[in-house]
Amino acid sequence: MMDTATLFGLCAAALVGLGLYAFIVNPQPLRKIIAFNVIGSGVFVLVGAVAYRGGAAGWGGDPVPQALLITGLVVAFCASALAIALLQRLAREAESVTLASDAPAAPPATPE
Amino acid sequence: MSEALNAGLALFVLALAAWMVVARDTFAAVVGFVAYGLLLTLVWVQLHGVDVALTEGAIGGGLTGAMLVAAAARLRRTEAAARAERPGWPTRAAAALLAGGVTAALAVAVLALPVPAPSLAPETAANMGATGVGNPITGVLLAFRAVDTLLETTVVLLALIGVWSLAPDRVWGGRPGPRHRADPNETLAYLARVLPPIGLVVGVYIFWVGADLPGGKFQGASIIAAMWLLAVMAGLSDAPPISRGWLRLALVGGPLVFIAIGAAGVATAGAFLAYPDGLAKLLIKAIEWALLPSLALTLALILAGVPERPAR
Repeated sequence: MMDTATLFGLCAAALVGLGLYAFIVNPQPLRKIIAFNVIGSGVFVLVGAVAYRGGAAGWGGDPVPQALLITGLVVAFCASALAIALLQRLAREAESVTLASDAPAAPPATPE
Repeated sequence: MSEALNAGLALFVLALAAWMVVARDTFAAVVGFVAYGLLLTLVWVQLHGVDVALTEGAIGGGLTGAMLVAAAARLRRTEAAARAERPGWPTRAAAALLAGGVTAALAVAVLALPVPAPSLAPETAANMGATGVGNPITGVLLAFRAVDTLLETTVVLLALIGVWSLAPDRVWGGRPGPRHRADPNETLAYLARVLPPIGLVVGVYIFWVGADLPGGKFQGASIIAAMWLLAVMAGLSDAPPISRGWLRLALVGGPLVFIAIGAAGVATAGAFLAYPDGLAKLLIKAIEWALLPSLALTLALILAGVPERPAR
């Protein structure tokens, strides 16, 4: 039977793959932000599995990578917040939020 | 028993991630994301990272989830048109190939991790005495790697400035988000009266025990921010105009105290963010107490979003 670190390490590898696939094929920008978070969580769980293996000195995990994970989670939140704010501004300025390069010309932005 | 639980947990997490990829409705995918965040919290507990679990629950699943729900509701009208741009099968096949390759490479890396695992835990344990705090995570965050934490608080502040800078000129300095109104007899208004006092105590407690047990300022600040947002959403409170002087001062107060204590370290202990012997715990607590209100306010205002109404 697989040990905990390997199990969640492999789970994390699959999460990164799923997130990357969703990031490429889902055309809606909000879905890409969700996919970005799935990729991020996969990376975090992978680091978490490595931290778990490094458990010593009476602690279940290595506290240094765990502390970096907390920093990482907060920074990922900030990046998502900024992306969502940009997306909402785009939706307010133009009728569509398409990222396609050959998108039909958006109607002129109407002042609110 | 524990192995079966872990395997089930991993399967559930993967199933929810797959759901977020295939769900047609963006709102359904967002709901999946919130559930996914909660399951990841359990994964962190199984990986013996209780501090990370608290952060994931409060910020990863909680605040990010709330932000995504609000965005999905607002962007609903644009989603149908965007969905029509789904790429054809060659792109999807290439994406699947790429994603599969990345997963395979990571899986190989996981299976080839060195034995015995490298660890900084013994060194951390040997030096924890100098910090005076009992929680190794807090020790790492505010003593051994304090520069990371200083930059992190700066990033949070920069994200808020970024969000604010998207305000149309007309409402610059105004109040963020729409003015919420709720029926005062509704469950939402009721919960917004009952929960904040409890949540405030829980938030401050999680912050307070962070010195010696799992917890800390980010987790506590997120809970306090959530309580304030609950009151705003129920219409019991309103977001302040972002041009207020006290607001700006409260936002930068925490990071400024952090930088000041760090700079004082140059004179008293010979390095930026070094603490003089015997004063480490006092200074760490001072930084945390200064950061808590700043972080709670910053996180809450990031959630409240872009200014939309003039200050009046």
